[in-house]
Amino acid sequence: MKFFGQVQEWLLTQYWLRSLVPFLAAAAAFVIGAIMLAILGANPLEAYAALIEGAFGSLNSFADTIVKATPLLFVGAGICIAFRGGMINIGGEGQMVVGALAGTIAALSLPTWPSWALIPLCLMAGFLAGAVWGTVPGILKAYLNVNEILTTIMMNGIAVQLMNFLLSGPIMDPVQIQQRSFIPQTAQLPAASFLPRLAPTRLNLGVGLAVVVAILAWVLLWRTTWGYRIRAVGLNPQASRRAGIRVERYAALAMILAGALAGLAGVTQVIGVNHRLFTDGSATGFTGGAGFNGIVAALFGQLHPLGSIPASVIFGALLVGANKMQRVVQVPTALITALNGLVVVFVVASEIWRRRIAARGELAHTPLESQLTIEGEAAES
Amino acid sequence: MTDLLTPAVLVGIAISGIRLATPYLYATIGETFGQLSGVLNLGVEGIMLMGAFAAFYVALTTGNLWLGLLAAIVVGAVMGLAMAFISVTLQAEQGISGIGVYLFGLGMSDLLFQKTMGSVETVNGFPAIPIPFLVNIPVVGSLLFNHNVLVYGAYLLVPLAWIVIHKTTWGLKLRSVGQNPAAADSLGVSVNMVRYVSVTFGGLMSGIAGASLSIALLNVFQQNLTSGMGFIAVALVYFGGWSPWGVLGGSLLFSTINALQNWAQIANLPIPPTFAVMMPYVLTILALVFAVRRVNQPAALTKTYERGGS
Repeated sequence: MKFFGQVQEWLLTQYWLRSLVPFLAAAAAFVIGAIMLAILGANPLEAYAALIEGAFGSLNSFADTIVKATPLLFVGAGICIAFRGGMINIGGEGQMVVGALAGTIAALSLPTWPSWALIPLCLMAGFLAGAVWGTVPGILKAYLNVNEILTTIMMNGIAVQLMNFLLSGPIMDPVQIQQRSFIPQTAQLPAASFLPRLAPTRLNLGVGLAVVVAILAWVLLWRTTWGYRIRAVGLNPQASRRAGIRVERYAALAMILAGALAGLAGVTQVIGVNHRLFTDGSATGFTGGAGFNGIVAALFGQLHPLGSIPASVIFGALLVGANKMQRVVQVPTALITALNGLVVVFVVASEIWRRRIAARGELAHTPLESQLTIEGEAAES
Repeated sequence: MTDLLTPAVLVGIAISGIRLATPYLYATIGETFGQLSGVLNLGVEGIMLMGAFAAFYVALTTGNLWLGLLAAIVVGAVMGLAMAFISVTLQAEQGISGIGVYLFGLGMSDLLFQKTMGSVETVNGFPAIPIPFLVNIPVVGSLLFNHNVLVYGAYLLVPLAWIVIHKTTWGLKLRSVGQNPAAADSLGVSVNMVRYVSVTFGGLMSGIAGASLSIALLNVFQQNLTSGMGFIAVALVYFGGWSPWGVLGGSLLFSTINALQNWAQIANLPIPPTFAVMMPYVLTILALVFAVRRVNQPAALTKTYERGGS
């Protein structure tokens, strides 16, 4: 035992290990995934090989991986802002749904508009709808201290029912009504609203937008006063308040922005990929679970918007590759959901070692906090 | 609307409200203990799904419902213990790790379901046990005294939990750990031990909650069987003000709304069913807003404790 103690002591002094911890944690999750595969009677190496081949094996599969990564990146970038502001946003699913609804309604009601006007309008509609969905939990948390985890989850349920209601009536495809088949989906959107595609794949401009948004999120968080205040509020609300920051306003803003970005994820999914909105009655039927998996990507990217870019590709690849894995080794794609859960648990649980290593390095958060104190003293004097 | 006024319909809705409160009750009572000790276990939904699967699968293959229940208890306790390790020993952010546990349970129960059964099957769940004499009381008899064993168990749990929390030394320790862990620690209470026990117990109860759905109420298992009940249960603990009687009220309110909503769908009322389904979520948010005013929220809820730490 003493030996292990010494090993741990030595590891804790290795500052460079700090940023590797989440990767080690995710690797551990995949090792457990391999054990699960073995128990299910599949060869783990064969399964993971099929997964990688399914995700990157051909131009089309690679394009699909990027397409799957797109909503993860939008949601993930928003999650970075929310979490940095001390807001835990579990509402990505619902925010995506309302974003998609708003964009769809915009596109359907203005079929004669040209692309250059309609696409920005749809994006704006999705952005705003997502923002509204983030505003409710954001304001309730910031001003009334209502647990945002629970309210965002409830907002998901409300969004799904709103979608089911609208798709089974007000915006249902007229053809469905005529033929009395009543499949809950909209008509195909006007072609002017489609995001340009890189034919023959499904790769579309959405991914470019997502990357730009991720970069903007980074600029916001680390290069602007707003972002500085959001991070300060997330790190230490009391000190921020003493420094004269309106804590409630910036906390709410973090959640609203997270909702808005998830709304963009929803609308780009519709105008970039599906070209119509349909529902199977659940949120995941439309989102593919991106509202949750975006959290996984953001955590894996160390809550850094730029880190979310490669992280989204990795988790997009998992989702796409899972189908191939299912065909080759007969393990249901649900394994990937379970694996994502393990990644979340492991990454969050491994934070303790990251913190300890960082504490030994004596660099953790000190610049920001000392700045806050100085600012606070200046404000008080 | 005249249908609503017939006594038979009202009694029917009340009976099904009382039955449907069962999974909420197990999950919320368990979660109450965890939250009182200062740990928010958001993985309830995932644990319920795993418990529901374990109970159903074991009951289906062995034909023994009690073995099924035992399986759910074991699975729930193990997952609760894991959550305790993550949130107490590793001091992980409780909200996010709970989502991880949820995703794990969601994926894992689906995976096992597809691998072992593949299609929806049914079991004969726990039968109703009419209580002699009492069941013959008009109305009240059929309301309260003609249920299966898991339903009775859920309601018996409420006063038991209240006694444990308010009338035992352990309950005092539990509450002190959730209010002021440092003070409790200085008086010789093992903060970590109390939290481990409470969170593991909460997991165990979530397992039973899942089992009550799959082998006592619905008697089926399918992907995402619980469809959000676990999350509502976590919110109900806030709603109930961390008291067993409070969560009883909350559980009954929600289960009655569920029952009403089922009835509204069958009775073809001129309200879109989607709005009926939406109601519990809207109500939960309102309930949470009002629950904020409660003074008895455990002060250390979601806060990790480290001796000598800040």
